[in-house]
Amino acid sequence: MAKRVSATNVTAYYGGFKAIENINLTVEPKTVTALIGPSGCGKSTFLRSINRMHEVLPGARVEGSLTIDDQDIYDRDVDVTAVRRTIGMVFQRPNPFPTMSIFENVVAGLKLNGVRKKSILEDAAEKALRAANLWGEVKDRLGKPGAGLSGGQQQRLCIARTIAVEPQVVLMDEPCSALDPISTLAIEDLMFQLKDKFTIIIVTHNMQQAARVSDRTAFFSIEKTGDPGRLIEYDNTQKIFSNPSVKKTEDYITGRFG
Amino acid sequence: MTTTATSHRTRPPAQPDSLRAKRLPWYAAPAIAVVALALSAVIVYGAGVGGPVLVVVLGAILYLVGLFTAANAVEGRRSARNRTWSALIHSAFVLAVLPLVSVVWTLVSKGASRLDANFFQTSMNNIGARDANGGAYHAIVGTLEQVGIATLITVPLGVLCAIYIVEYGRGKFAFAIRFFVDVMTGIPSIVSGLFVLAFWVLIVSPWFNDGRPSFSGFAAALALSVLMLPTIVRSTEEMLRLVPAPLREGAYALGVPKWKTILRVVLPTALPGIVTGVMLAIARAAGETAPVLLVAGGGAAINTNPFENNQSSLSLFVYQQAGDASKYAPARAWTAALTLVALVLILTIAAKLLARRNRLSR
Repeated sequence: MAKRVSATNVTAYYGGFKAIENINLTVEPKTVTALIGPSGCGKSTFLRSINRMHEVLPGARVEGSLTIDDQDIYDRDVDVTAVRRTIGMVFQRPNPFPTMSIFENVVAGLKLNGVRKKSILEDAAEKALRAANLWGEVKDRLGKPGAGLSGGQQQRLCIARTIAVEPQVVLMDEPCSALDPISTLAIEDLMFQLKDKFTIIIVTHNMQQAARVSDRTAFFSIEKTGDPGRLIEYDNTQKIFSNPSVKKTEDYITGRFG
Repeated sequence: MTTTATSHRTRPPAQPDSLRAKRLPWYAAPAIAVVALALSAVIVYGAGVGGPVLVVVLGAILYLVGLFTAANAVEGRRSARNRTWSALIHSAFVLAVLPLVSVVWTLVSKGASRLDANFFQTSMNNIGARDANGGAYHAIVGTLEQVGIATLITVPLGVLCAIYIVEYGRGKFAFAIRFFVDVMTGIPSIVSGLFVLAFWVLIVSPWFNDGRPSFSGFAAALALSVLMLPTIVRSTEEMLRLVPAPLREGAYALGVPKWKTILRVVLPTALPGIVTGVMLAIARAAGETAPVLLVAGGGAAINTNPFENNQSSLSLFVYQQAGDASKYAPARAWTAALTLVALVLILTIAAKLLARRNRLSR
């Protein structure tokens, strides 16, 4: 199921502004990769270019090549919706659909893509909610609005919604930044379990979180405001946090920079 | 002592010794109001310069002054300002509601005399100047049909146009559409009536009518559509813009195509606001007289076919009855006006209930 993500010379623009430049990086299947770095260094931009969400913004475009198991997702004949079904995404702020119930939120991806059969939807919903560690909390109120859950539950609902369409890669853009420590822990535990099935790439500002959950860590940085973000160092998490090979990485991790 | 007092003004206020402060008793404000009104009455009638309206106005001013003085003396300056502004804001609210209440009261009191079964069952056909009965059945039918057809035309068109502007439109073309929708908002209703008269009644309708131009309810509906369209486009546009971008992105990230995201996520989220905009447009259209007069012509008889011959409408009925010489006509005009307001009110409430029918908000 899980797939390898490989970026070669990826450069992304917002109109005339170059946000990231020449990113080269390969993410192995069934691993958790953390993207860290100061604000504005292009972590999120890179993450969003992996499932072609970057181009949703007016004037935004991506150059270079991004492959999923040797298939370039920026090829001309690639269907964007198929890419996004293969590469799911969880956002910084929980964004359940306000007009839908918990159940409808979880199966939204399936239902809106044409799955009608109720038994399939119910099975998928239970499976996804169990996988997101939310089943026990919501199984008695699946018909209630998804927006009525707490922030941490909403975020797990969004994760359930994402994995219900059975993607191969899951991107997470600071999924815990709006959550309290307990909900954060629940989601970190979840990432450990999801690693068995999915390739996970997570953007985080929380160094401890990166150290706790990830196998590999990529450090992004910028020279100064207005410069494009670059990949400074990419290595095993343990190596990055104990003995980084670039001085800049060490400065950032130890808090002497940024 | 003097030094501390002056230094208090220049520096930020020091921490108060106590969190408690003196308050005016609860009866102070009503008492001041009564005294102010009494004083004002004495002054006005004493001087013999005006009536009850002047008493209330002068009383309100005296009340504000008295309230400020009393609060200033007991509670301090900040609290006095707070009380004065609260009172001013409440008076502004009363002033805004007063005309509304007055209109409703006038309509109900004057319209009640002809609010009988006969009014809703008969038309003005063969009703002479000396006949006390006669009704607005034909006008109600006309209003419902014309506004209904106009709604059927404008809602899909307006909502789709707004979707184009918000979700798809980029560059000069979308800008031009927005600009012309804005311009259309300012079109006087008589102009839209003239447009339909020149275009539909005089040029197109002869094709369907053996070469003779014909008034029709449908022409009125077209004229009303011209008026409703910009309102619906603009209000829908604003509502669609209020739908948070993360919701759209959340759907895109699930691999949902754009059109389906708009249909199943964006529109349902914006629905209550869109319904409100549509109801405003309907209320405006139902009250238009001039275009109906120009292109549907009005008429005294019941005509349920909107595509042929003259049709009346409630607002046109009001206009005609109000200008009629018969002594029975004014009562009919008032009742028709009351009916029109009630009709719009009922439609609005029904639409709001339908939009809220979403079982999630129950």
